[in-house]
Amino acid sequence: MSEIGLPFKNGLKMSKRSNQSRLYVPEPPFRPGDKPDYSYITVPADHSPPRPDPMVDHHETSDHSLGLIRVMRFNGELAGEWNPGLSADTLRTALKNMSINRAMDDRMFKMQRQGKLSFYMKSTGEEAISCAHTMALQDGDMIFPTYRQVGILIARGCPMKDMMCQLLSNKGDALEGKSLPVLYSFRDYGFFTVSGNLGTQLIQGVGWGMACAYKGTDDIASVFTGEGATAEGDFHYALNFASTYRAPCIINVVNNQWAISSFQGIAAGEGETFAARGVGYGLATLRVDGNDFLAVYAATQWAAERARRGGGATVIEHFTYRKEGHSTSDDPTKYRPENEGEVWPFGDPLDRLRHHLVTIDEWDDARETAMQEEIAAYIRDAYKSAEKLGSLSTETGIDPLTMFEQVYEELPGHLKDQREDFKSEWAEKLG
Amino acid sequence: MAQMNMIEAIRSAMDVKMSQDPDVLVFGEDVGYFGGVFRCTAGLQEKHGLHRCFDTPISEGGIMGIAIGMAAHGLRPIAEIQFADYIYPGYDQIASEAARLRYRSNGQFTAPLTIRTPVGGGIYGGQTHSQSPEALFTHISGLKTVIPSNPYDAKGLLITAIEDNDPVLFLEPKRLYNGLFEGDPHSPAKSWAGHKFGEVPEGHYTVPFEKARHIAEGTDVTILAYGTMVWVAEATAREMGVSADILDLRSLLPLDLESISESVQKTGRCVILHEATRTSGFGAELSAQVQESCFYHLEAPIERVTGWDTPYPHAQEWAYFPGPIRVSKAIRRVLEG
Ligand SMILES: Cc1ncc(C[n+]2csc(CCOP(=O)(O)OP(=O)(O)O)c2C)c(N)n1
Repeated sequence: MSEIGLPFKNGLKMSKRSNQSRLYVPEPPFRPGDKPDYSYITVPADHSPPRPDPMVDHHETSDHSLGLIRVMRFNGELAGEWNPGLSADTLRTALKNMSINRAMDDRMFKMQRQGKLSFYMKSTGEEAISCAHTMALQDGDMIFPTYRQVGILIARGCPMKDMMCQLLSNKGDALEGKSLPVLYSFRDYGFFTVSGNLGTQLIQGVGWGMACAYKGTDDIASVFTGEGATAEGDFHYALNFASTYRAPCIINVVNNQWAISSFQGIAAGEGETFAARGVGYGLATLRVDGNDFLAVYAATQWAAERARRGGGATVIEHFTYRKEGHSTSDDPTKYRPENEGEVWPFGDPLDRLRHHLVTIDEWDDARETAMQEEIAAYIRDAYKSAEKLGSLSTETGIDPLTMFEQVYEELPGHLKDQREDFKSEWAEKLG
Repeated sequence: MAQMNMIEAIRSAMDVKMSQDPDVLVFGEDVGYFGGVFRCTAGLQEKHGLHRCFDTPISEGGIMGIAIGMAAHGLRPIAEIQFADYIYPGYDQIASEAARLRYRSNGQFTAPLTIRTPVGGGIYGGQTHSQSPEALFTHISGLKTVIPSNPYDAKGLLITAIEDNDPVLFLEPKRLYNGLFEGDPHSPAKSWAGHKFGEVPEGHYTVPFEKARHIAEGTDVTILAYGTMVWVAEATAREMGVSADILDLRSLLPLDLESISESVQKTGRCVILHEATRTSGFGAELSAQVQESCFYHLEAPIERVTGWDTPYPHAQEWAYFPGPIRVSKAIRRVLEG
């Protein structure tokens, strides 16, 4: 069982029994001050499991829920049946998307620290998941993301300035400052509005998929959750309904080991994978190295084909590590060893794809430098033009009366009255 | 006596009860090793043990469910819901189960549990970190709902809640955790240090339910408030030079109707404040109660000052918040009426 990256089986490392009680409470393998040691996770070397036909009986994927699909070896070579055979051009686009994601995160984190935005969340270390997944889907597929998949928008070509305006809550924000930064909504890019309430959208995505089937379209839905939020009832509703109605959808669990300060063993108990949750519901299940762009791409492609051909939903667990704090409000050194991310045995998703491209002679330092310069300019220019439209720390430029709009399609009487009251209050405030 | 902010006072209440009573335990998302996203449980795991202060899965329905089972067995669980905005998956367990267990079993099973959860805006938390859902809970028979406005009351009310044999929802106005807030986001926060309600006994004491606190004595108008709005009321009335009788309700259900009636019968005028949306808010209940018990003493229509009937907007947070301008306009209208 050690291959699946669970430290708890076979007596490898058992959590302490609670001191004065028989009540068992799981604890993570390492806390601040400990030296993290992941030797119990054997990185699968043979890059199997095999790739079955996407229409197989779901039972035939139950082993996949315990294994780990990988395509890229650490030496840069590709191996195994899951290699999606992408062109060098596509891989370079992938590397660029992921690099934009990381550069944007760094920039916006800094801007939050400077007080320009109220809040930010990075997806560092998880860029391959959102970028590869999106690149393997079709444009008509609706994605129900969490706050940690901005890579979806980048891969679908959403203008950087539009995203930054949402983050700055200024007049360029299509949501007119109604939502917290990062809780984007971009219908035109197949990006469902992100709810701050965890888990709720999993079952909505299944409903969207059912609507696709009802309408007879070829589209599917793809829903995301962190491993922590799989504990919500909504996750179980989603698996259940997806199974009952063979909904054309993909249920993605991004297992980045941490849910704020809680390690993954709190979410699900120890000794079973998140992908395996799907087995009992009769769904196809895949578990994939989330730091391997090609593996995520291949698993998505497989699941999307199965969904489109009427085979129903697949649960994909993306095994990865949350390299940074939960959000700008979090300090992860309070609950986990500082260098845990560095010794994480699956490497960095950008480095790995870059290394592969170099190995096949399709990338070099000069191209890397040129790309980084281009991205830096892109981010800098987008930020400049976004900030011109205002920010929370200066003037948002948003008409405050928009606060009353979109509660309903039309303003009912009581809200009209309240809007009038607000106008006179606002006039008094402005003196 | 010690100086405590509201976070420390809440922590101290749990610490005191955990030290006294081995059946008291604390759980919720991130409350264990980390000590909670607002630090209210910091140090409790280390001091009292892993089994007495621990992390739960992110499942508010699950958290409420285990709390009920444990409480029915005889423990005194304190369950933290990370933000009140996330309490809804637990609503069924609270409304249909915890609140009715006693009635349904005719007293054979009870649920002496405490639910702690931060409420209110003022931290740019947007729609999902700002709500004040108290009215969704005061509508439930069998549940008590309390909300302190300062460290002293927070500790005393929390100990009362833990010792109460019925389920209690303990709402924590997050804008007051670290200091007093008077409604102007641009003026510096006032620390609890040096404030008379920042003086908190280190040991055990209780603050009773069903007992409002007089924040100011006055003759011209009664102001009913709770949580964050208490200090907005106090500062606004002071600024206006109005002789206001300000009641901090503290306990919404059960409610101290006696103090409310006494005050309104004295002043003949009443303004009700809350941060929550207006329609079917707790202010509607208060207004009805005042009308029923003080009709012949009223010299002006009762006024409610509330948040607008919209979700809590992010960028327009301070346009939404019922700040000093909205409060003073209402006070003026009532005084002129
Ligand atoms: C219903 C609900 N409960 C609690 C929260 C507070 N919260 C926000 S993110 C988070 C952790 C989520 O962890 P995970 O699902 O693993 O995703 P990750 O942040 O690691 O990507 C929590 C507890 C919330 N947003 N919604």
